[in-house]
Amino acid sequence: MKALIAFLKRYWVVLRRPSVHYSLGTLTLGGFIAGIFFWGGFNTALEATNTEAFCISCHEMSSNVYVEIKDTIHYSNRSGVRATCPDCHVPHKWTDKIARKMQASKEVWGKIFGTISTRDKFLAMRRELAEHEWARLKANDSLECRNCHAFDYMDFTRQSPRAAQFHSTALANGEATCIDCHKGIAHRLPDMRGVPGW
Amino acid sequence: MKLHYLPVLLFATLGLAIAADPQPVGKPVAAAPDYPLDAPAPSGRRPGGTLTQEFTPPPLHDEENKDIRRERNYPEQPPTIPHAIRGYQVDINGNKCLACHSRAASVQAQAPMISITHYTDREGQTLAAVAPRRYFCTQCHVPQQDVKPLVENGFKNIDVLLQHELPPGSNQQR
Ligand code: HEC
Ligand code: HEC
Ligand code: HEC
Ligand code: HEC
Ligand code: HEC
Repeated sequence: MKALIAFLKRYWVVLRRPSVHYSLGTLTLGGFIAGIFFWGGFNTALEATNTEAFCISCHEMSSNVYVEIKDTIHYSNRSGVRATCPDCHVPHKWTDKIARKMQASKEVWGKIFGTISTRDKFLAMRRELAEHEWARLKANDSLECRNCHAFDYMDFTRQSPRAAQFHSTALANGEATCIDCHKGIAHRLPDMRGVPGW
Repeated sequence: MKLHYLPVLLFATLGLAIAADPQPVGKPVAAAPDYPLDAPAPSGRRPGGTLTQEFTPPPLHDEENKDIRRERNYPEQPPTIPHAIRGYQVDINGNKCLACHSRAASVQAQAPMISITHYTDREGQTLAAVAPRRYFCTQCHVPQQDVKPLVENGFKNIDVLLQHELPPGSNQQR
């Protein structure tokens, strides 16, 4: 015990030894607090970019994809529950989220340097952008859809026979995932030539 | 003249101008039409009402989505669609209907394949893919709603007509 206290004392002395202006202890503590602030600030900033208002604050999004989603079921429906852009497009896991954000900044880059500055340019890029999303949803087994639509709680007797038929076969046995059959669920589709199933 | 009299002067001129306006207030904008505005509406679509009356519109109904194919009234009738088609995109970029009804897709979807007429152009030539004149499916095929028809319909199908024509005892297949 004594040895421990002695060790801590020695350590404290090291910590208290002034660096140049501040003690090492103050520096560590300060660093820790600053870390919390930055982390929090970063995440807050991240959260701010994680709202629909942010997504559609640039006109590329508001005048292309946002107007299109307005007459789909994910914007307005019987029960008033709706899906916003980040619900479908931003992963919930932190690392995946950062990765997606960095990818999205490429699209912001596209805005700044005019790659997607007009409707025509957007349409020309659309297939490529859509394919990124299809690939992502295919790879994560349509995780973002499943965050809201859980297969385990689907009542086939409540679905239309056509839906139940597909869901109880290809979906149930893992042959296909939501995005294989439900492409274009929220937006107009790009040129679908060569897309499997079309 | 001092500058701060200017607004007062402006107001005064404005008031004068309004007072001097010879046009009486509330003058009709156009001459009254020489036909009665409240003539009864043509029968059928708006039974009972007149042109100027407003009704509460009837409630919207969902498309019938029972997935049970309906009887056709005559052999060439485009069958009505027995399922919902909300959000199905049919345009230059793609045709959602064909994702289930095309020759290749119909097996996987267990949907009836579009018949040979959909591959035939107007010269009677059978094409390799859906004929352009059959591309926009909802020109001919429409979903149905479970509502009372607005207009009375006296259509009798061929079976009923033949029933009256044929001598009793004959049994023709149709
Ligand atoms: C934020 C939650 C949420 C997310 C994420 C979400 N959905 Fe939905 N989805 C809903 C709601 C709510 C409805 C409407 C339910 C109703 O009122 O009938 C719906 C309806 C649907 C329908 C029914 C369409 C119709 O015409 O009846 C389909 C198909 C669907 N979603 C597919 C998807 C797919 C595919 C994804 C992933 C790309 C997805 N959803 C992501 C909440 C969500
Ligand atoms: C093998 C193809 C297939 C897969 C995979 C699939 N669906 Fe469907 N789904 C359909 C079909 C077909 C319908 C009925 C027609 C329509 O709405 O377009 C349907 C209808 C629906 C409906 C509306 C239900 C109704 O009664 O009309 C919802 C909600 C839905 N799907 C969600 C999902 C979700 C979530 C997933 C992934 C977990 C998924 N689907 C995967 C083919 C599929
Ligand atoms: C219900 C889920 C869902 C919602 C909500 C949603 N998206 Fe999408 N989005 C998709 C899917 C799935 C794709 C892949 C292409 C496709 O299938 O239409 C996509 C594709 C895109 C693309 C690529 C270009 C394209 O059209 O294919 C952009 C950009 C986009 N979404 C932006 C948005 C924005 C902005 C919002 C909010 C206004 C939004 N999305 C809301 C599911 C969704
Ligand atoms: C997800 C697959 C799917 C899609 C997409 C689809 N259908 Fe169907 N359709 C079916 C199935 C399966 C049937 C058989 C009856 C049933 O289950 O509804 C059918 C039946 C029909 C019939 C009735 C045929 C008959 O002989 O009575 C018509 C007409 C039809 N569909 C037209 C369309 C049109 C038009 C579209 C596009 C707007 C479309 N379908 C999209 C699967 C689909
Ligand atoms: C110009 C009108 C017209 C258009 C456009 C059209 N159809 Fe048809 N369809 C018909 C007629 C008429 C029939 C019934 C007689 C026949 O089979 O030709 C029919 C029959 C069908 C049948 C039943 C076939 C069977 O053997 O039972 C299906 C399914 C169908 N159509 C789907 C479609 C789809 C999907 C499209 C769009 C790609 C489409 N139709 C476009 C007129 C049309």
